[in-house]
Amino acid sequence: MSGHGSSNFQPNSKVVRWIDSRLPLFSLANEQAIEFPTPKNLNYMWTFGAILMFMLITMMVSGIVLAMHYAANTELAFDRVEHIMRNVNFGWLIRYIHAVGASMFFFAVYMHIARGIYYGSYKAPREVLWMLGVVILILMMATAFMGYVLPWGQMSFWGATVITNLFSAIPLVGPTIVEWLWGGFAVDNPTLNRFFALHYLLPFVILGVVILHIWALHISGNNNPTGVSVKSSKDTVPFHPYITIKDLFAMVLFMLLYAYFVFYIPNYLGHPDNYIQADPLVTPAHIVPEWYLLPFYAMLRAIPSKLGGVVVMFASLLILFVIPWLDTSRVRSAKYRPMFKIAFWVWVVACIALGWLGAQPAEGIYVLLARIGTAYYFLFFLILMPVIGLFETPKPVPNSISEAVLKGKSGLSHEDEAALRGSEKPAGSGDVRPDGAPAAPKKD
Amino acid sequence: MATTEHTDNTHGTTRRDFLFIATGAVGAVGVAGVAWPFIDQMNPDASTQALASIEVDISALATGESMTVMWRGRPIFIRRRTETEVQEAKDTPLSELRDPVARNPNLGGEEPATDVNRAAEGQEDLLVMIGICTHLGCVPLGQQGDYGGWFCPCHGSHYDTAGRIRKGPAPLNLEIPPYTFASESTLVIG
Repeated sequence: MSGHGSSNFQPNSKVVRWIDSRLPLFSLANEQAIEFPTPKNLNYMWTFGAILMFMLITMMVSGIVLAMHYAANTELAFDRVEHIMRNVNFGWLIRYIHAVGASMFFFAVYMHIARGIYYGSYKAPREVLWMLGVVILILMMATAFMGYVLPWGQMSFWGATVITNLFSAIPLVGPTIVEWLWGGFAVDNPTLNRFFALHYLLPFVILGVVILHIWALHISGNNNPTGVSVKSSKDTVPFHPYITIKDLFAMVLFMLLYAYFVFYIPNYLGHPDNYIQADPLVTPAHIVPEWYLLPFYAMLRAIPSKLGGVVVMFASLLILFVIPWLDTSRVRSAKYRPMFKIAFWVWVVACIALGWLGAQPAEGIYVLLARIGTAYYFLFFLILMPVIGLFETPKPVPNSISEAVLKGKSGLSHEDEAALRGSEKPAGSGDVRPDGAPAAPKKD
Repeated sequence: MATTEHTDNTHGTTRRDFLFIATGAVGAVGVAGVAWPFIDQMNPDASTQALASIEVDISALATGESMTVMWRGRPIFIRRRTETEVQEAKDTPLSELRDPVARNPNLGGEEPATDVNRAAEGQEDLLVMIGICTHLGCVPLGQQGDYGGWFCPCHGSHYDTAGRIRKGPAPLNLEIPPYTFASESTLVIG
């Protein structure tokens, strides 16, 4: 990154200038978070990035507070959680913020990923940005799984047992690896203790990868609903205030939903068995992970072989790394891809169906349906993505973002209109400024 | 390059190359040496290993009864099987078994999973097994499932009356712990 602001950043304050010439924090903030050119047609699906940043910080703050009242010991853990709920001032609130927060975090990340797939955000030149996102997803899953073990309820214990046992499917070294993960011969105190340490560590690792993710984003710039690259400054608006305000508004709506869960149905997404202390002698009738891991759990159970099931489950995540190269279409946005659009929505249905099936007992029709869902999940990525790109005739793609916005025909949304109005007002005319000047109007 | 001035050997490798590789190799060994303690600390510690052996009094166990004890944090199923159960297990041809190996460390090697090889030596009605499903580690329920043995509710694995996997995702027969008899009615597990 360039040391000094190449833009028209001229701070008035002497102090700011003095600091900025030694450590260009102010230039960086100005370039990357204020003037940063952002496609003017971004819709509300683009607000989940900011929502996810908000969720990560919420989880870290509430989690650090909970850690101050918790004890990672099999003798104490279950009681300490109840201690937080009953004795610690506002402990109930902070714990529910954290527990519900995990669900909200995953809801937002799945929306964010689905948006990326629908609008082709994984395609060149954003492959590394996409892959960093997949790394974040996998880290989030590991963190969430270990966090769920900490209350040391029945689902904590048996979830941990089942998931760590996945590694025993590895030929030859599997059982050794599992004992190494446990620090014993079953899930026990050493396991709980190390999961707590890692659960505290991993969010900071996630934060590090998020910084890389944002860095990569700011190299290529945002994708947008048309999938057409930014051609000139006519296509963009400055990040602040246009995107900051839009993100904040979406965040408020998101927080309403979040608060509804925290205050009215805090245990709705949890499992009642986790309010029973862990008992290594009694397996609950149905072990189910939290809802956000259910589709993957359904895939694990759909395969009638232990190693096969484990391989398929991990492959369902790892396959995301290579989709930039599996998709052969040069058109990014599904808006202009009639066949891909259908395949995508069927994929969404398959994912939701797998989520539902993961919560059902592994028998009869459920297994068959889970197999169909799993088959489609992989069919979508491995066959449909490459093949549709070769045979599909895309609809005409607009020449530029502003053309798409101004035409107002091809699926112009309210958000597009809002973005359009936003860019017009300062110019004081009915048209976008034709010059190549920064879209950011100079403030008086 | 400056290196060529200091050496007669100008045909590729130099003293500097040798030193570079040798230093790098020593460094790599050093890193591995430091890494190992940090990896190995996660393995079962001495106090966990020390719990490796327990004694169980089975004198009160009547035919058709089971008991469960804890060994190394895992449930051990001890069952005095009924004659029907033993007979059913004996009548099952080995060709029908998913896992044809006895999984009995008390015998040593790769014995076939006959009922005799699964049961306690000299007491064919006595079955001692680790009560952990070989799929993903749940505790199976006794005297249930399609084969009247054990059934794992988690992912639907069925074991027969000798604890052998017959149906479902589990790959192996229920494991048998190492055990001996201190006396006729005292079992030493581990």
